[in-house]
Amino acid sequence: MVLIYIDQADQEVKKASLEAISYGAALAKQMGTNAEAIILGTVKEDLSQLGKYGVTKVHQVANDSLNHFDARVNATVTAEAVKLAGADVIVFAHNTNGKAIAPAVAVKLNAGIVTGASALPKTDNGFVVTKTVFSGKAFASIKIDTPIKVITINQNSFGTQSTEGTATLETLAVSVPTSSIKITSVNKVQGEIPLTEATLVVSGGRGLKGPENWGVLLDLAKALGASTACSRPVSDSDWRPHHEHVGQTGYQIAPNLYIAIGISGAIQHLAGVNRSKTIVVINKDPEAPFFKAADYGVVGDAFEVVPALTAAILKSKASA
Amino acid sequence: MKVLVCISKTPDTTAKIAFTEGNTKFDENGVQWIINPYDEWYSLVRAIELKEKDANVIIHLVTVGAADAEPIIRKALALGGDEAIRVNNSSSDSMVVAQEIAAIAKEGAYDLILTGKETIDYNSASIGSMLCALLDQNYIAAATKLEIDGTKAIVTREIDGGEETAESNLPIIVSCQKGMAEQRIPNMRGIMAARTKPLKVVEASIQTATTSIQQFDLPAAKSGVKLIDPTQMDELVKLLKEEAKVI
Repeated sequence: MVLIYIDQADQEVKKASLEAISYGAALAKQMGTNAEAIILGTVKEDLSQLGKYGVTKVHQVANDSLNHFDARVNATVTAEAVKLAGADVIVFAHNTNGKAIAPAVAVKLNAGIVTGASALPKTDNGFVVTKTVFSGKAFASIKIDTPIKVITINQNSFGTQSTEGTATLETLAVSVPTSSIKITSVNKVQGEIPLTEATLVVSGGRGLKGPENWGVLLDLAKALGASTACSRPVSDSDWRPHHEHVGQTGYQIAPNLYIAIGISGAIQHLAGVNRSKTIVVINKDPEAPFFKAADYGVVGDAFEVVPALTAAILKSKASA
Repeated sequence: MKVLVCISKTPDTTAKIAFTEGNTKFDENGVQWIINPYDEWYSLVRAIELKEKDANVIIHLVTVGAADAEPIIRKALALGGDEAIRVNNSSSDSMVVAQEIAAIAKEGAYDLILTGKETIDYNSASIGSMLCALLDQNYIAAATKLEIDGTKAIVTREIDGGEETAESNLPIIVSCQKGMAEQRIPNMRGIMAARTKPLKVVEASIQTATTSIQQFDLPAAKSGVKLIDPTQMDELVKLLKEEAKVI
């Protein structure tokens, strides 16, 4: 059986987990077995609806204290729950919480683990998982040699598929250790889609010359309904908040569309965005290395090109 | 307070990524090696800052790797830290590396273990979480701030779409990322001092890997950029809608 860990925050199922279910369900089909899910804590959603993404059963450890994430506690409870539910493969989203507990769960189950998988495993001869390595500059195919396997799946690498179906619910009785981590404050950026979940991203670099010039970029993002990002020099200069920094040492993202404005495309920046499905580069320097990694390029002054693009998008939306 | 900082040797961020032996091995030819940036800029420098505030802080560095990791660990010692341990095991399996570090950690009874949030070569982001299970200690991943107040750690971590601050008693394991500290450059005094700091070599004790790398591949090259005239933004929107199908 393939078991998918459902991550939750504020008692809502994380979007990344729906993709993990789609991935786990496809893997189960490939292996001729069924897919089930496990969730810790309680959520507002009707969990039977997760059947739409391909799981037949949802195991729940319905203890409210698990609604606050504590890696040590969650890993312990997850490993115990997996032992009760039984599983050959456990799938996590490669998001903040998934990364924090999947390796610990692997230790507790004596399982081999591959984190950051980018495709379904090959299961015809052993169990071989392809993952991104060298910050997206290469792939490695890694064989897991243990009976139980753990995988975390890169966000936006597989996609979420939904059909018909409902899942049955089963409550698991697992003793929950008391957390010794006390959460004292939570700061969420209100009303914005987290960069790692965004499907459309507009990003700016030093070419925009200063924080006062960000208006053209924000207008474009608003017209598209896109999240905003920036390069490292921009966040280092405090032109934009640190949580917008994408690149090797910032967020690594994989949106459907990444529009880079005034970013030259240093290798460290590309490492954070090269998994984007489509890349548009707007830069006045035709020699900017980013054009080599782009699908579409516009050589021109950002302060003329970007407003024109915004207008074209609004026009297209108005006529749709 | 005793701090253990985990150090990994990685190729430089601008290194050319290529493979040899039928795409089964990373091509080390001409590669410059560095301290994994997350280990250096964030966890090691933060540990040094804690020591600068409190002289009672003792910093040990640990790396799991062959003898060719020694220049890297010496460079780390030049930045700061009291002594270093190299476990002579060249395995690339995170589970093996974590077990070797756990053995060192158990022996040293550390109050705080710092790792980078991931290495820039295998990007596994696994060691901290594995140590959490192996040592049964609290673990906070992807931390952007860390303060120590007596026997308590106050840690801010990244969550999807924001930040969360939490308190935990020591001991604790923390994986560090941007925000934690600023990059430093070793000075001459540090480099000289590092030459005489103890670097203990411990023989490998874990041999059984749980995973094995079968093959490396480079991503397919982009088919080439399609250039659009800056006055033809309607054309770009049409391509994004109808060809790329992303908006």
